[in-house]
Amino acid sequence: MLIGKAGEIRSSEITPRDVYFSRRKFLAGGVGLAVGAGALRAAAKLEGLGKSPFSTTEKLTPYDAVTTYNNFYEFGSGKDQPARFAKNFQTVPWTVSVEGHAQKPRTFDLDSILALAPIEERIYRMRCVEGWSMVIPWAGYPLSTLLKQVEPLSKARYVAFQSYYNSKQMPQARFSGIPFPYVEGLRMDEAMHPLTLLCVGLYGERLPNQNGAPVRIVVPWKYGFKSIKSIAKIKLVEKEPPITWNLANPREYGFYSNVNPKVDHPRWSQAKERRIGEFFKRDTLLFNGYGDSVSSLYAGMDLKKYY
Amino acid sequence: MIAHPLGNTGARARSDGAKAMALAKTVVWILALVPAAVLIWKGFRQELGPNPIEYITHATGDWTLRLLLITLAISPLRKILRFPQLIRFRRLLGLFAFFYGFLHFLTYILLDQFLDFPAMLQDIGKRPFITAGFTSFLLLLPLAATSTAGWIRRLGGKRWQQLHRAIYLSAALGVLHYYWLVKSDIRMPVFYGAILAALLSARLLLRRAPAK
Repeated sequence: MLIGKAGEIRSSEITPRDVYFSRRKFLAGGVGLAVGAGALRAAAKLEGLGKSPFSTTEKLTPYDAVTTYNNFYEFGSGKDQPARFAKNFQTVPWTVSVEGHAQKPRTFDLDSILALAPIEERIYRMRCVEGWSMVIPWAGYPLSTLLKQVEPLSKARYVAFQSYYNSKQMPQARFSGIPFPYVEGLRMDEAMHPLTLLCVGLYGERLPNQNGAPVRIVVPWKYGFKSIKSIAKIKLVEKEPPITWNLANPREYGFYSNVNPKVDHPRWSQAKERRIGEFFKRDTLLFNGYGDSVSSLYAGMDLKKYY
Repeated sequence: MIAHPLGNTGARARSDGAKAMALAKTVVWILALVPAAVLIWKGFRQELGPNPIEYITHATGDWTLRLLLITLAISPLRKILRFPQLIRFRRLLGLFAFFYGFLHFLTYILLDQFLDFPAMLQDIGKRPFITAGFTSFLLLLPLAATSTAGWIRRLGGKRWQQLHRAIYLSAALGVLHYYWLVKSDIRMPVFYGAILAALLSARLLLRRAPAK
């Protein structure tokens, strides 16, 4: 098991109150965070977030939509299910092991992840493979900051990610129709790209459970499923790692899964998208509008073949 | 097109049975309109969730399939339950299945695609789940149009029955449409498909059993 300590508390014993107080204890450790006073949003505030030139100025998707319309199949395949079934998901304590082809592989606890670099706000477009999109103010720092800590070796050409999985805490998972634990991967240059975010929050507070608490990545130029949630393990590897949706349906979901209006999903068009909260569909942009920053990563590649 | 249940007042002395039937039909009418009423109510209260168009699409699609299956269940049920009067609800339920199917179709062309005909034509040709759904809807059109007593007379009972067997094909395509559009959680389309298979089997098994 990846995270042994999480098993000590049975999910049936966890109440939101426990979560609240364990968060308080954790915060008392002093990571420069303050507890949100509002009882409705028990999540912790992230203070003093820096701004980022990578942020878009587009209108934000409302907090309620971002936190109640989710794809997080461990907690059910319905959009409203993660918000309902992830309520008591136990994310304290949490560790992320970074291993594989690295000079200094190590396991990070959440405190050290939060303390590793200044956390900044990144307002990104998020395009789901299903044809809808959002604009979300994430909080985090570049994934490259974390990866550099372990000093990757030259053999490390890909980064493999694995989500936390515990069927007791995630009873809906077995109905979802995809294998768990959820795995994802990036090429090393994609993982080291400054847009690729190690994300710990949204809307100025720590990640809600249904959005992938306590730590996830966000890769804004790829379809949403590439941005793996609730990360337990990161492994630096030599070969292209397997990814969950490709395992579930290889014809429909490829390793790269860059947003591309000209490469349709076999069952539906990717030319347009519905921005949540808007009536009319809008045109989908190549690389989700981040082409200036990332198209050089794919120079000379046939994007239809490497979908 | 949908005859009002209380409109048929030709008979001077109506039996209690006829009154009960009229009442029952009114109840079924109202029940069949509840899903549409709930959608409108939720719409006004902005309770259709972050993606209202998707919500409406799914709700109207679900109710089309449910009502198609309920309609198809009438024939076997009246034999199994020895309750021949059930047949009197079949046209009503079938037309409500068509009603929700029409709403589902309208949602797609108006709200989802906003009359983008080139995109829709491409969808119908290229996307098997749209092709199946569209064909399923097309098959319901002649059935809804010929649902009246006058059309039964004009076509003759036998030919009318043959035509209306197309409802099985429509329902099967509806289930396929659903199965092809889900990403990985196939529980619901498989559930509907199993019910349809059971109904079709029941029909074949009960073929020669008279409706008493």
